[in-house]
Amino acid sequence: MESSKKLPTDPSESPPSPAGDGAADPERLVKGNLSFHDITEMVSRHAEKKAPLAWYVAFAVSLSGALLLIGLLAYVVWNGIGVWGNNQPVGWGWPIVNFVFWVGIGHAGTLISAILYLFRQHWRTAINRAAEAMTIFAVICALIWPTFHVGRVWAIYWTLPIPNQMAMWPQFKSPLLWDVFAVSSYFIVSTLFWYVGLVPDLATLRDRAKNFWRQRILAFFSLGWTGSNRHWRNYEKAYLLLAGLATPLVLSVHSVVSFDFAVSVIPGWHTTIFPPYFVAGAIFSGFAMVVTLMVITREIYGLKNLITIDHLEKMNIIILVTGSIVGFAYITEFFMAWYSGVEYEQYAFINRAFGPYAWAYWIMMTCNLVTPQLFWSKRLRRSIPVMFALSIVVNIGMWFERFVITITSLHRDFLPSSWGYFTATWVDIGTFVGSFGLFFTLFLLFLRFVPMVAMAEVKGVMPEADPHHYDHGGNGHAEGDGEPYIKPAEPALAEAYRNDGADASG
Amino acid sequence: MSTLIQDLKAQAGIFESDADQVHGLLAEFPDPGALLHAAEAVREEGYRHFDTHSPFPIHGMDEAMGLGNASAVGVLTFFGGITGCVVAYLLQWWTAAVDYPLNISGKPFFAVEPSVPIMFELTILFAAFGAVAGMFALNGLPRPYNPLFYSDRFKGATDDRFFLHIAASDDEFDVEDSAAMLQRLGAHHLELVKDDGTVDA
Repeated sequence: MESSKKLPTDPSESPPSPAGDGAADPERLVKGNLSFHDITEMVSRHAEKKAPLAWYVAFAVSLSGALLLIGLLAYVVWNGIGVWGNNQPVGWGWPIVNFVFWVGIGHAGTLISAILYLFRQHWRTAINRAAEAMTIFAVICALIWPTFHVGRVWAIYWTLPIPNQMAMWPQFKSPLLWDVFAVSSYFIVSTLFWYVGLVPDLATLRDRAKNFWRQRILAFFSLGWTGSNRHWRNYEKAYLLLAGLATPLVLSVHSVVSFDFAVSVIPGWHTTIFPPYFVAGAIFSGFAMVVTLMVITREIYGLKNLITIDHLEKMNIIILVTGSIVGFAYITEFFMAWYSGVEYEQYAFINRAFGPYAWAYWIMMTCNLVTPQLFWSKRLRRSIPVMFALSIVVNIGMWFERFVITITSLHRDFLPSSWGYFTATWVDIGTFVGSFGLFFTLFLLFLRFVPMVAMAEVKGVMPEADPHHYDHGGNGHAEGDGEPYIKPAEPALAEAYRNDGADASG
Repeated sequence: MSTLIQDLKAQAGIFESDADQVHGLLAEFPDPGALLHAAEAVREEGYRHFDTHSPFPIHGMDEAMGLGNASAVGVLTFFGGITGCVVAYLLQWWTAAVDYPLNISGKPFFAVEPSVPIMFELTILFAAFGAVAGMFALNGLPRPYNPLFYSDRFKGATDDRFFLHIAASDDEFDVEDSAAMLQRLGAHHLELVKDDGTVDA
């Protein structure tokens, strides 16, 4: 940590003036391209200069959490997973609850980066980088749980089709194995998507780097990117295709996660509503997490001009919509239980709402169905404190949703003699808290070392990025491009370009 | 043959320097609009080995440069997807029905239905590999050495500057004539980039 922190100090001590040539600069500033450079500056400097004090405090706390997780996982491996609260009849305790919780959070990142891209929602450019990073880190946090929940973690590779001395193969008919493939494919594709988006921005950092090793390392990861249009052409196509591939993938991942439950014959799990209901819940919780993170990030890093209140409001609307879908699914489940006429199914649901775990059920209902309705009010969904609080409440609610689904369906099975009551142990709590530590550790490292906003994409949606912006003189906005995200610094001076353009075409 | 390879590399933006180590002319334009017009004009003059460099993709530049649709990436993605689907099918069929058949309640050793999720996932995964690896391959990346990096101004291509580069390997290339043309098109700064590391403004 100490050594890597030193890397960027040189270029950042004095705010870098555009590299190399002071002479041409005044001229260029007048020409109004200032705002492109401003974006570069606003975003890059956080990856270059020393982190603010708040970063160190947060990092220390998060790292302690991550170390707690590592320590407790060692404890779990050493003693066996009995140190968690799982036992008959509840064999899937918190580890599976946490797994579904973390995978769900990841989904918003892909939704923002892929689905909103396909729908040409330009506002995504301000948040997609951070949201995709969140996806990757959330999936890492998710993968921990099933990995250790198998008990013999050293045999986890048995889930992969690797030829072995036992001449055995994984059981491909099991939804649990589908899950291995779904979540790991999701992780790999998300990482590729994220990296492809990063290449042009890493090249920007490379070209700004003044330190020898920093430049070499960034040159390695930016692959010699030069912003060539021949490259952009293939790049944009690949990005579009990745968005098109990630969209069905993200919908499939949580569907497959829901198969873990739905394909079984346990009352309360065996329902066809699970895949869409899980996907909506995943988007719901993920967007809440993005709001939580973005509210803090834009505050600390002064990115309020890039991640605007309008962006946050749009996310809050998505939270409202998906929250209502989830709430509707809760009610539908009840209806279906009653309508099925199956006694066990009906009991499972009555037991959920009024049995020993009623407290969890009503926390879930309140947090997921009731409180997000506050976002109907425009004033509330544009209020930073309100959205911050609500986004946390939503994630509490979504954790309880998985708790309710997993625990209440298992704790009373078909035979009353084997009924039980699940209670979490300190190891359950410690590992869960620790997983947040790991998540925030990774996220803080991301904020520190990687451009946290997709600079090339933000520049690309600015009105000045449209070549026809310069055609008709005046301060014309590009038609059909929506509002300018960042006001052009000297829009009137665009007139000056007209002659250049006329010469060129003549 | 060698010209064919040269042209293929030129498609990916990799141009060879001439005998005098001249790599090409690097012209800087004030904004995306000027760059677009310049690219159009340069193409109309008959140049083929040229490229534009900008911090973000410029809408309409592909047409201006006469590059057409980037369909090769789509083809590679498609074949990636097909490969993934076939691999997943064969893997599940061969392991379950051929290599280690396991009789579970007399059910068939292999069925398509439970194989669908993994076929789907691997289709996506391999298609994504095809898209990313294909895109990098078609772009000739990673490319650690590029003579354009000798230019200090060129660092701005990833920040807020707009460049047009005419390669010395182009048949039409002539230092004086090309430079004069670029100046006429509104380039406000010209550089001659050489492969031996010198840059003449």
